[in-house]
Amino acid sequence: MTDHELIWRIAGGSGDGIASTSTNFAKALMRSGLHVFTHRHYPSRIRGGHTYTEIRASEEPVKSRGDGYNFLLALGDSFARNPKENAYYGNEEAKPLYENLDELREGGVIVYDSGLLDTSEIENFDERVEENDWHVYDIDLRSLAREKGREVMRNTAGVGVTCAIADIDPEWIEELMRDAMPEKILEPNLEILEEAYELVQAEFDADAPDVTVPTGEHDEEQVLVSGSDAIAYGSFDAGCRFIAGYPMTPWTEVFTIMSQNLPEVGGISEQVEDEIAAAALAIGASHAGVKAMSGSSGGGFALMSEPLGLAEMSETPLVLLEATRAGPSTGMPTKPEQGDLEHVLYTSQGDSNRVVFAPADPAEAYEQTRTAFEIAYDYQIPSIVIYDQKLSGEYRNIPASFFDREPDPSLGSTLTEEELVDAPHDSSGKYSRFQYDNADSPEGVSPRSIPGQKGGHFLATGNEHMPQGHISEDPDNRVNQMNRRMRKFDGIRAELDEKGNQAHAGPEDADYGIMTFGSMQGTVEEAVGRLNDAGHSVKMLGVSDMMPYPEEEVSAFLESVDECLVVEMNASAQFRGLTQKELGKYGRKLSSLLKYNGNPFEPAEIVDGFETSIVEGGELPGHETKFVPAAGD
Amino acid sequence: MSAFSAIGEEREIDREEFTPGLEPQPTWCPGCGDFGVLKALKQAMPEVGRTPDETLLCTGIGCSGKLNSYFESYGFHTIHGRSLPVARAAKLANPGLEVVAAGGDGDGYGIGGNHFMHTARENHDMTYIVFNNEIFGLTKGQTSPTSPKGHKSKTQPHGSAKDPIRPLSLSLTSGASFIARTAAVNPNQAKDILIEAMEHDGFAHVDFLTQCPTWNKDARQYVPYIDINDSEDYDFDPTNRAEAQEMMRTTEDKLYEGEVLTGVYYRDEERPSYGQEKRQIGEMPETPLAERYFDEDYEWERTHDLFLDKHK
Repeated sequence: MTDHELIWRIAGGSGDGIASTSTNFAKALMRSGLHVFTHRHYPSRIRGGHTYTEIRASEEPVKSRGDGYNFLLALGDSFARNPKENAYYGNEEAKPLYENLDELREGGVIVYDSGLLDTSEIENFDERVEENDWHVYDIDLRSLAREKGREVMRNTAGVGVTCAIADIDPEWIEELMRDAMPEKILEPNLEILEEAYELVQAEFDADAPDVTVPTGEHDEEQVLVSGSDAIAYGSFDAGCRFIAGYPMTPWTEVFTIMSQNLPEVGGISEQVEDEIAAAALAIGASHAGVKAMSGSSGGGFALMSEPLGLAEMSETPLVLLEATRAGPSTGMPTKPEQGDLEHVLYTSQGDSNRVVFAPADPAEAYEQTRTAFEIAYDYQIPSIVIYDQKLSGEYRNIPASFFDREPDPSLGSTLTEEELVDAPHDSSGKYSRFQYDNADSPEGVSPRSIPGQKGGHFLATGNEHMPQGHISEDPDNRVNQMNRRMRKFDGIRAELDEKGNQAHAGPEDADYGIMTFGSMQGTVEEAVGRLNDAGHSVKMLGVSDMMPYPEEEVSAFLESVDECLVVEMNASAQFRGLTQKELGKYGRKLSSLLKYNGNPFEPAEIVDGFETSIVEGGELPGHETKFVPAAGD
Repeated sequence: MSAFSAIGEEREIDREEFTPGLEPQPTWCPGCGDFGVLKALKQAMPEVGRTPDETLLCTGIGCSGKLNSYFESYGFHTIHGRSLPVARAAKLANPGLEVVAAGGDGDGYGIGGNHFMHTARENHDMTYIVFNNEIFGLTKGQTSPTSPKGHKSKTQPHGSAKDPIRPLSLSLTSGASFIARTAAVNPNQAKDILIEAMEHDGFAHVDFLTQCPTWNKDARQYVPYIDINDSEDYDFDPTNRAEAQEMMRTTEDKLYEGEVLTGVYYRDEERPSYGQEKRQIGEMPETPLAERYFDEDYEWERTHDLFLDKHK
């Protein structure tokens, strides 16, 4: 066991309080001075079904879930009792224990609820325990919880046991409980926590070579933030006060956070009939002078491709979120994948352009969501933040001061009534809103007016149109308008280059490169660190700007390495394809490491993938990950 | 100067203000009922007291969608069937705007049917004009949701096996608080009904019968019509839901038998609009949200003010 980190996995059935318990425990660890990172795994079911959350806690900042884990708290699936034998879902009561053994590290700890789980039903359990030197604590958490409160409180008992084994001061937990719990359930929970803690100390060998967690102190106050939180915070600080949506996992998280908080500040949230309406509402609100957003996950976003094009053609600022999950179609609703990249880049008809960001972690998610609003409103172009189920639900600690920013309520390229007076109008008094020969807008942006402003009326349309908005199929006007709209990308690219959204890691003069995008960046960064420790010469480029693509930066990176492995969570190497399309070369340098089984990469898989495929030229074992060699230009 | 000084501006408004100067020749066919809608709308606006700068006209796709090319105001020519969601968000963002949405029977009752149902259900304060000519015009004459059963077209060569949509009854069931039918062949009634619709505080649905001389060959299909509010043969109370429902059923049956009944069918002045409901429960600000973006003195809340204390 390592002294440096605890990777704690709490497993049970959906509805057993796994998510809330783990969030609180992660907070407690963070408050005790540690850096934390959480990873969530859950089925598409409300009650029952195997679910777990991992918390990795360390003295050092953590960027991924790590490889495997060293502490299992198996609660038992209380909703899994199925009276029918051989039923489709089977008897899953013991799943939280036996499903989780494969990834438990040698020397790790198992705490299981003997009130619900019976190890004699698990094949070779004792042999495996011995083989792996696991330390097993069988504790009747269920009875303990029932005695003092209710059965569902056995997660509190489990946390108490964890504290005792891992030398964590239960005071951190108590403090959180007092903050979060209503009086009625607080007392029994506190009693259960204490009882469980003392039970371990009384009945088990306190000096067993178990897991211990160091404690420390953060330099400054930290907050625990998930990717969904960060995107919601970013939108909020960008001045977004209107959201419209339709529930779909995992986008629902951002939608919920915004809906619960917008009314408090006079913002508006609308749950509507479908995703077409949702995006259209965001367009309507934005047209009327409010910073607005919508979003969905793959299937819902498919419906939005129509309004997406409308926003582009009518040059209405619009921010959309796409929380990707495994597809095609409904796919695997609660599993992460990066398979919607091309969908987001190319959906909607015509030469349709949008700006696409793929943030890597909660901090980037906050930052780039703000940028998405800024660009959308400055350039009157839709911008999309694509993220995935992994990022949406993973929590990390971030200094509270990171969020201490000025809000940005600017409507970008929008005129005031005073400015409208001097703006060009046609002979009938209509504002020439879509000027293509406007010397004042070198980036192709033509400022807009807002309905209700005096002297500003114009026609917004999804048809090709003249400067005043009148529908037109005139060829010269068409070319001028197209050129103007496409010119926006020059200014946007220059601005994004200045912001430096791309992440680099590893030695600058490395021989090899690993490229990735979105939520895999942290995992790749950790793998690159390990590869260099093991004597390889590798560096990383984590790309966030998907469109317009950071050609120069990526080209420079690829020029500087002999070979580059592209890591992404999909089966068709979409990000590698984008890179080749945008750069038009380097095909011979780019090979792919892919994973699409519903679980994100772990660092060790990338290390193995690199060593086996690139260094040794061998084949990857099993079917967890897949190597696709370089294919030329 | 306030941010939206056009809103609430009181002055004499000339109907001609709603006629574009750089107007292209309308693309509607000679004799098209759409001219009647345009005329009625232009006549109604000054009487409602709204200027082009405080009016937002959202349209869909089709011949009807070109309405705002020939009508001077803020406009949003959206996409097929989507005028309602764009319009209702604009109204929520700035309730001071006069918001009118318009589309055809394919646009409104077909592809946009879901939005129609939900916008009516929510009772958004706006006027929705549906150009009902019982045909897809701009795509050259296909059977539409309101085409009569047995209607033959290139896409339904054996005659439609479908009963037509009953827009008035559908509207009532969905929750619209003002429902009327008028016809382009009577611009005076049309104007009066549009005025009433715009002045109504809630979702006002106007099924506007517009003859299509090109694809529904009989350009006089909606003549003669009867105004049920004036006729001695029909006696009912439009504020009584059951009576209104009965009248709608009669009207919708008779239309396909060749008798055109028009007028205001239902009016519920008691039911608050969606915006009022939202304000009442604290889901919407009292003052227009859009104004805040132009208010330099407004203190914008931050993540730090709202979220972070929950996460420490």
